[in-house]
Formats: sequence, C-alpha cells, structure tokens
Amino acid sequence: MTRVLPWLYLCLAFGFIYLPVGALVLFSFQDGSLPVPPFNGPSLKWYGAVLADRGLMAAMLNSLVVAVGSSAVACALGFLAAYGLARHALPASGLLRAALIAPMTVSYLIVGLGLLIVFGRLGIGLSLWSAGIGHVVINLPLCFALIYAAMGGQQVNAERAARDLGAGEWRVLALVTVPMLAPAILAAFFLAMTFSWDEFIIAFLLTRFDVTLPVEIWSLLRSGLSPKTNAVGSLVFVISVILVLGLEVFVFRRRRQ
Amino acid sequence: MSGRAPRRTGRGFVAPALIWTLAFFMVPFAVMAAMSLATLDGRSLVWGLSADNYARILTTPYLRRAIAVSLEITAIVTVISVVLAYPLAWIIAFRVPERWQRLALVLAVLPFWTSYVVRSYSWLLVLAREGVVNQALIASGLIAEPLTLANTRTATVTGFVHFFVMLLTLTIYANLVQLSPNYRRAATDLGASAFQTFRHVILPLTLPGVVTGAFLTFVLCIGDYVTPQILGGNNELTVPQVIMVQLGRRADFPLASALSVVLMGIVTLAYLGSARWLRLDRL
Repeated sequence: MTRVLPWLYLCLAFGFIYLPVGALVLFSFQDGSLPVPPFNGPSLKWYGAVLADRGLMAAMLNSLVVAVGSSAVACALGFLAAYGLARHALPASGLLRAALIAPMTVSYLIVGLGLLIVFGRLGIGLSLWSAGIGHVVINLPLCFALIYAAMGGQQVNAERAARDLGAGEWRVLALVTVPMLAPAILAAFFLAMTFSWDEFIIAFLLTRFDVTLPVEIWSLLRSGLSPKTNAVGSLVFVISVILVLGLEVFVFRRRRQ
Repeated sequence: MSGRAPRRTGRGFVAPALIWTLAFFMVPFAVMAAMSLATLDGRSLVWGLSADNYARILTTPYLRRAIAVSLEITAIVTVISVVLAYPLAWIIAFRVPERWQRLALVLAVLPFWTSYVVRSYSWLLVLAREGVVNQALIASGLIAEPLTLANTRTATVTGFVHFFVMLLTLTIYANLVQLSPNYRRAATDLGASAFQTFRHVILPLTLPGVVTGAFLTFVLCIGDYVTPQILGGNNELTVPQVIMVQLGRRADFPLASALSVVLMGIVTLAYLGSARWLRLDRL
C-alpha cells in the first residue's frame, strides 16, 4: 500500500494539473459550437476562424511587438544598472538596489492603476506605448536581479585587461561584459517576454483601441464558452511552450556546458 | 573600486533604470496615495487630506465584505496549495528516479505557461453546467442533476489552487533537493520512523522555503482580478474586483486608490508576519 500510494498521488496530481489544459486543447478541435462533451471531431474549423479573425491577429502582433520592445528596454536598463552597481562603489548602493527591486513587491493592478491616474492627469492618451511602459516597470526588477546575480567576479579581470589594453568604458561593455553575460541577459529577455506576452491587467487598464492578445481574449470571453476561445488559447499555449523550451535549450543548456 | 572607474560613470549607468522606476513607478504610486486622500464632489475631483475614503471602506458593508472575502479566499487557497504541493514536490524529489525528475518537474509546471486569462477560462470548461465534471458525474450515475460548480467561490479557489500548486511544487522541490541526504540517513539510523523524520527533520529545514512560497501565493492571490472575475461570478466580490468596479462604471478613482492602499497594507502586514522565515533572495 505505502509503495503504491505515492504513485497514486502523483497520477491524481497530474490529472488535476492537466484536466483544464486537456479540456482546452481537446475541445479546440470540437466540430460544433460548444466546447463541452460529447466530443465531435476532430475539426480544424475553429483554428481557421482564429486565423481569419483580424482583431485577434492584430492583437497577437501587438502583443509580440510590446513583448519584444518592453523586454529589450527592460534588459538594457537592467543590464546597465547591474553593471553600474556591481562594478562601481556607489554611495547608498543598498538603497539603490532596493529602489530598483521595489516594483516586484506591488501587485500589477496597483502598478497599472498608478500609471492610469498619472497618464490621465497629464493628458497622455492610452495606447500600446503606455502598456509597454507598464511592462517595462514590472520586468525591469526581474531583468536587473537576474543579470546582477550573474555578475560574478570572473568577468572583472577580463574587463580590467581590456581597459589596460586601451579600450574605453563603452567598448569594454560591448565587447567583453555583454558577451560574457549573454546567457543571463538572454534568460532575462526570454522570461520578461513571456511575462509581457501573458500580462493582462496592466494592458487592460492602459490600452484603448489597439489592444494586446490577453485583452482581446478577455473580450472574447464575454460571449461565453466557445471553441474559438479554446483554439486561440491552445495556440498561445503552444507559443509559450516553444518560448520556454527555447529558453531551456539555448540558454540553460549553454550555461551548463 | 579602481580609480579608473569614477563614481560619476557608475551613477551614469544606474541612472536610466532609476529614472524609469522613479517616473513610472514611484511617482505614480505617490500620486495614487495622494488620490486616496482626495474626494469626489459630483464628478469633479477635490484634492485634500481627507480620510473619507478610508472611513467609507470601514463603514460600508459591501466594501468590508470584499476585504473579508479576499482574505478568506486567499487564506484557503494558500493552505490548500501548500498541503497539496508539498507531497507532490516530495514524491518528485525522493520517489521519482533521478533521471526522470527533471521531466516530471517540467511536466508538473508546463500548464503554468498557458495564458493566465485562458487558464481560468479552461476551468470554466471543466466546471460549467454542461462541462466535463458534470457530464462525467451524470454519465457515471452519481448525480441526476448537474451541480452548480462555476460562478462559485469553490470555482475561484479551484482555479487559484491549480495555479499555485504548480508554483509551490517548484519552490518546495528546489528546497527539498538542496537538503543533504545525510539528514535523512542520520534520522533513520537513530531509529526515526519516516513520519518522525519528516516532522522533526525535513519539515523544519524546508520551512523557510515553504513560507516564502506561501507568502508569494498570498501576495499574488490577494491582488488578482482575473480568476475571481471569470470563475467567481458576481455573488461575492474580492477587493481587486471592487477596485475595477470603481474604475469602470463609477470613475471613483479616490476610492479605488484607497482600496489599493489597503491592499498594499494587507500585503505589508503579511510580510511582517512572515519576515522571520522569509528568504526572498533564495527563490
């Protein structure tokens, strides 16, 4: 009994974890208008409907642009700050680190609400730009922390050698530090991308006419259960899994070597 | 450090990130805090130092109820998630053969990467009136009429628990595999039963990791709008749902701001309560 029990628990836990995902993917192939049993199909017509939906496709492109753009900015700012704090003795560096990490401790809703109020007061219109700014705010602490943690002492000597050979500060940065820290920077970039790609509440509060994919999916939900929502959800799942596997294969495997 | 890298350059590197954080996080946060002390006169905003919004939160039954609902749901979710995730992490760490561990772990957290909005919707598929669970129960003859599962607190809790079991399995697993096997061996050699080993050796050693995971669960759960909005229906609202109602129909930004400050206060209290066990740097 005690031998079987752990495996039984493992199976039940995996059943629980995969039940909703399984229902999502299975009924995205439903040949009918309701994504509930009995299953008729398989049919690809809802995937066709998703690909033919201009709003969804535009939102997917918007999400991709916001994710890549905001992650690139968050990584660049995070990297520079990590470099400044790891390589230079700065006054109040503990306080600076705490200030940079602070947004991590506040829920996204509050970050979004604060920006919504300020943009409203300043008369700045809501757009993909404002959502992108919000995404940089939530991803900057993450990028900074990941890159700062990777800035060990091993690069210092290479940097010093480059400086002794006459390279200026920016050349050292571009030719020595960035290549040596590439795995950490890439990991931060991919992780920030998945967070931005999936982020809902900030994008919901800070976009208006052009929206990101989670916001567009949110408006689909108003029409209730539909295999079309299943299809777009399954597509997003596959894209996210590819991103995560890319992270695993390209970044973590290289780091282990 | 070296004289070649003067302080001014160092500051120059930190400045862009710092300015961004100041301009787009700290200033908005301060404005929001100030907004929570403002009042609405009709539709126009009156800045000031009024405690009206906080007084309203304390005295309006529906707002007090939202805080209670949020706290109850978050407490239930945190406890259930830890209780379910710990054995799962344990089994993956100590029962699954080593070469399969990484695969088991990746599989256990893969659905974590479904879109957040879509994940709650998927539970709707499972729990709806004609959904998977009801149809399965009816087909097996256990019930005659479909149960009301969606649009209840149970549905909200289920959706949350699903998400946080994955998160906690990951953090608890990371803690368990860090432990030297010698602790367990020593306990067994000294005659401890499996349960005694767990109760007196493993659990105390992994407690910081568990508390850290539980704190994270608490923070993410109490601030979430999506899951209760999709799965909970409109019978009882959580604080984030009430905030969104104030922002939408009523455009009552001062009250929404005050509620956000209360939410922050609750998170701060939770942090202070668990600070002695927290290891946020070791996540």
